Formats: sequence, C-alpha cells, structure tokens
Amino acid sequence: MSQFLEISGLNARIDADGQEKQILRGVDLSIPPGEVHVIMGPNGSGKSTLSYVLAGREDYEVTAGSVLFKGQDLLAMAPEERAAAGLFLAFQSPVELPGVNNANFLRTAVNAVRRARGQEELDAVAFLKLAREAAKTLSMAPDMLKRNVNVGFSGGEKKRNEVLQMTLLQPSFAILDETDSGLDVDALRVVAEGVNRLRAPTFSALVITHHQKLLDYLVPDRIHVMARGRIILSGGPELARQIDQEGYAKFLSEAA
Amino acid sequence: MNTISPDRSGPLALFSQRLEGVAGAERQQAVAALQRVGLPSRRVEAWKYTALRALGQTSLAAPAATYDVMAARAVLDDVLAAQDTLAGLPRLVFVNGRHAPELSVLSEAIKVTFFVDTLRFGTAAAPDRDPLVALNTALAEDGAQMQVEAGVDAGALLLLSIGLGGQDSTFSFHPRHAVVLEAGARLALLCVQAGQGAYFHNPVTDISVGNGAALEHVTLQLEGDAAVSLGTVYANVAGEGVYDSFALGVDGLLLRHEVHARLGASRAAVHVNGVQRLGATQVGDMTSVITHAAPDCISRQTVRNVLDGHARGVFQGKVLVEQIAQKTDGYQMNQALLLSPDAEIDAKPELEIYADDVRCSHGATVGALDDEQLFYLRSRGVPEAQARQMLIEAFLDETLALIAHEGAQALCRAMLARKGGVGASA
Repeated sequence: MSQFLEISGLNARIDADGQEKQILRGVDLSIPPGEVHVIMGPNGSGKSTLSYVLAGREDYEVTAGSVLFKGQDLLAMAPEERAAAGLFLAFQSPVELPGVNNANFLRTAVNAVRRARGQEELDAVAFLKLAREAAKTLSMAPDMLKRNVNVGFSGGEKKRNEVLQMTLLQPSFAILDETDSGLDVDALRVVAEGVNRLRAPTFSALVITHHQKLLDYLVPDRIHVMARGRIILSGGPELARQIDQEGYAKFLSEAA
Repeated sequence: MNTISPDRSGPLALFSQRLEGVAGAERQQAVAALQRVGLPSRRVEAWKYTALRALGQTSLAAPAATYDVMAARAVLDDVLAAQDTLAGLPRLVFVNGRHAPELSVLSEAIKVTFFVDTLRFGTAAAPDRDPLVALNTALAEDGAQMQVEAGVDAGALLLLSIGLGGQDSTFSFHPRHAVVLEAGARLALLCVQAGQGAYFHNPVTDISVGNGAALEHVTLQLEGDAAVSLGTVYANVAGEGVYDSFALGVDGLLLRHEVHARLGASRAAVHVNGVQRLGATQVGDMTSVITHAAPDCISRQTVRNVLDGHARGVFQGKVLVEQIAQKTDGYQMNQALLLSPDAEIDAKPELEIYADDVRCSHGATVGALDDEQLFYLRSRGVPEAQARQMLIEAFLDETLALIAHEGAQALCRAMLARKGGVGASA
C-alpha cells in the first residue's frame, strides 16, 4: 500500500434539471496514513462534491479517474461498504430523520459497521453506556440521544451529532465538510477535540473549511487549494494563514 | 319470500341460494334491499376505487358447522405470540364466524351475549343504505354483543376472528357484533381478524358510546392471503363520549374498513386513524363518513399508507357537518409512501359543511422514500434494505403512536415488522 488514500484524475458530473454539469475536472490528491489534510477554496469549486463522491452518493457520475482507499477501489463500493471499510463523512448539512430515534439510529449504525468488520455487536446496555460517555465528552445534552435524529436540533447540535457518530463509528478516514461553519468558539473546540481524539498513525482526515480558526485547534499537516474542480496548489499549514489574510484571488490568478 | 334470480349478474349471484332461504322480517327486508340495488359495482360512487371482483365466480356457501381445532389454535397461538401481554387479556374467539367458547376467556366486567341467541340486529346500520350491511343482515350467523355498565372501566378485550379457508374461496361468514358502553364506561377493544387461505369475511359492528364513555377500538386486518375482508362499523357517540378507532391493514387480498361515526351530542370526539401496509397485488380501502350532528365536537383522522409492488391503497374520508354543528373542529390527513412505480394510492377527501362557524382542514401527500435520508443512513454503514425498513417504520411511527393502548400499539408494530421482513436490529 503506497498511500492511504490516492485520488487520481477524478472527474465527476451531476445531472441538474436535465443539464449535465461537470464539477470535478481532474482531482489529484494523496493522503498518507496518520495525516490531517485541509481543502480550502472558493464556493462552487467542487469541495463538497468531492466529499460526496468519496462517500458514494449516487447523484454524481464519475466520468474518469480512480480512488484507492487502503489499496481498494473505493468507487466500486456501496456507501455502506465504504463506511464499513473505515470512511466517514461528516455532512455539511446533516439530514433530519423524523421518526427515527437518535440512540436507535446510532446503535443500528454502530452494529452494522461492527458486523461488517467482523466484530461482536453491542447490546442495548453496553451501547447506551458508550454513547452516553461519548455524548458527555462532546458536551451534548443527554436528551439528544432520545430525540429524533437531527430533528429540531440547532446548527451546532447537528454538528456535534455528526462528531458523535464519528466517535462511535471509529473511522480510519474522516471527511469533515465545513463541520465548523456556523459554530461558536466553544463548539469549534469540541469538534476539533473530537477529531484530535481519533488521531493516530492509522487515522487520517480531510477537512473542508473556509476558516483558519478551526485549524488553530486542529493542526493540519497539509493544505490544498481547490478551484474549478481541481487542486491548484498545495502547501504547509502556513498556506491557510496566508489565505485567511489575503483571500483566494491571488492564487486563482496565478493558477489561471 | 324474496327470491334472487339465479341468472342475475354480479357478485350477488354468489349468495343467491342462501338468500332465498332467509327468514324473519329484518332479514327479508335486507334481501329486498339487495334485490333492488345489488352488490356495489365501481359505478357506485362509494365503491369507485374498490371492485368486488376479488370475490370470485364460485357460489359462497355458509361456513361448515365444525372447524379444524388444531388449525384454529395455531392461528390463536401465532397472534398471542406476537405480543406478550395479549395472552393475559380476556378474549372472545370466533372461528369462521361462529363463537368458539373453547378458545375464549370471559371477563366479568363485560356482559356478553351472542347474536345466535338474541338475533338482535341493532339500529345503527340501515340495510338499504349499505348493501354490504344488508348482506350481513341477511346472512349473519353469530356475533358478540358486548356491554359495559355505567361507570365501569372494563380494561381491554381481545375479539379474535379466525378464518380458515382453503386455496379457493368456497364460503363466507358475516359476523354481527355490537358494543354498548353505558355512561362513563371504558373499554379497549382489540379486534384481530386473522386467518389463512381464501374466504369472504363481512363483519358489521354496531357501536354505542354513552355520555362521557370512551371506547378505544383497534382493528388489525391480518386475514388469509387470498381472503376478502369487508368490514363496516357504525358508531354513535353521545355527549362527551370518545370513539377512538384505529385500523391496521396488512394481510388479505382485498381489505376494506368502513367507519360511519356520528357525533350526536356536544363535546363528543371521534378519531378514525389507520395504517395500510400492502404489497404484491393487494388492495386496501379505508373509508369513513364522520357526521357532526351536534356543536362543539372534534373529529381527527390520520391515515398513512405504505404501498409496494402492484398494491393499491384507497382512502375515502367524508366529513359531514350539519347546520347545528357549530364550533366543529375537524382534521383529516392521508399520506402515502409508494415504494414501487406500480403502487397506487387513490385518495378522496370530502367535506360537506352546512354550519358557518367551523374549523375543518384536510390534506393529502404522496411520495417515495427520500434519497438523501437513505444515503445518510447508508453512509453510516446501514445496509440499503435495513435503511429502507428504518425509513418505512419512521414514516409510520407517529401514526402508530396514536394508538393509546400500549399492548395494541405493540401488537401493530410487531405485525408490521413481520410484514417488513427485517425489523431494525436496534
């Protein structure tokens, strides 16, 4: 296994109102194990599309390129197989599931993944203990386990619920799609700590963000700038600070 | 004596021999009404979406006097096994329309007589208004007449109908039930209609809810896979009385649950809720006519349908508000989840309002499973089939939560889980 995640020449498009729109135009990106990488870029550059394509959303059609995850062809796998293999996407807009109890949802997901990974399933008591502890660490109100998934949650609560899912599902590769957007400083720290707790030589993350703030808590290894469906520039953590001060315009004109 | 011409076309011919032999003024009046109007075709407005073709072509005889005890016990045990509090309830068991005392367990709080002994038809169901009620009147074999005295809380009673049919439909049964709750009385009546194979089940239930009394009436249609079950309920609700009805349509070839509820004095309340979970070529029909005949009454109706395969769901809900019924508060909602491109829902809400100070609303929605929700669940590792099942259960959850009796609600959930195949493992 040369790399942990290897994206090569990835092209993808979406069929929007009968019109095909090319969004990814040759993304190349390598993430070694144990590293946190960041993607920044202006709105509409394809960041969220990249995260959805990696997670397996069917609305997007991959027209060229490949993605290897721990040596496996990620694009050939169903979304649930990707989750079982260790991939986790924290949604930019977490989906509400009216009528689905959060604790039941979390336990169903955890046990589905454990089953697929050949681990023993957790019974209700063992699971609840685990979930309550994790929720407490994330400063979540205890009743959030009893409520319906994301229904009536504030923006911050939804993001915390994403981090809770990530904590319980124990992924080896997490994608955080603007998980910091709309969060106050305290919530930001909670989210960052949630990721930091998972950091290990076998865990990597891809963080999509617009803000330097999150990166104060979540020290990244590498920054990538995405524009017009491609990675146009990569660099060290100092690149994020530079973008935060100067904006994207300079990099975009240089790349053009 | 009335006679039915043997060459008469339409499904009434299936019963012609039996109708010729009926005795008694009420039964003969019913036969006369049937002769005039026949059994309904789809040209009749109330049956526009539901055809009686499923009754077949073969004459339907009266049920045999004896039944297969082992088979009936197996059905009983299967129902009781679905929910652990059921076995502790008093129960009245009917097999092929006839009371089976050896399978029943009586309750002291409920006075029970049997139709076969009293031949009492009740007053709510006029034979010439509804042909299926007339058919029941003409052919009724037996039925339970349940009465709870004033002020008594009788707890819960299981009324179990077991139909034991073969591969082809050869017989029909027409139970005539009645429920009388005197002032302030309470009862939770769990009507489970279970069975196997093919038969025609045509129950009529005549209900009277007294002043301040409360009847919770939960009907589960778990009929034989080739059975036709067309039930009619007439409920009269007195002042401050509550008739809280829920019907679950799950198994059977053709199911119809028709409720006529009349709010006869002020501050009465009626709930006519239901769930239909159908697949293959099943047809399920929930029809209701709620009449507000007094001021300050409330009616609530929430029906949800989950339809797969070539299944067809029908919802017909009429709310009639008479001129005297000021301050009526009526609400009606029918929603359907179509799991296949060949599934169909036909919804016909009707509001007929003669009072000028009322609040009545109705609505209907039709949709498929939400792709985003499905993807969200799958991205968390939940396999697609299980994710679909979770979303179906979620769609039905709040409607099932309307069932106040815990055991009845749990029974409905258990029967739906059986139908859905995999229940959520959580």
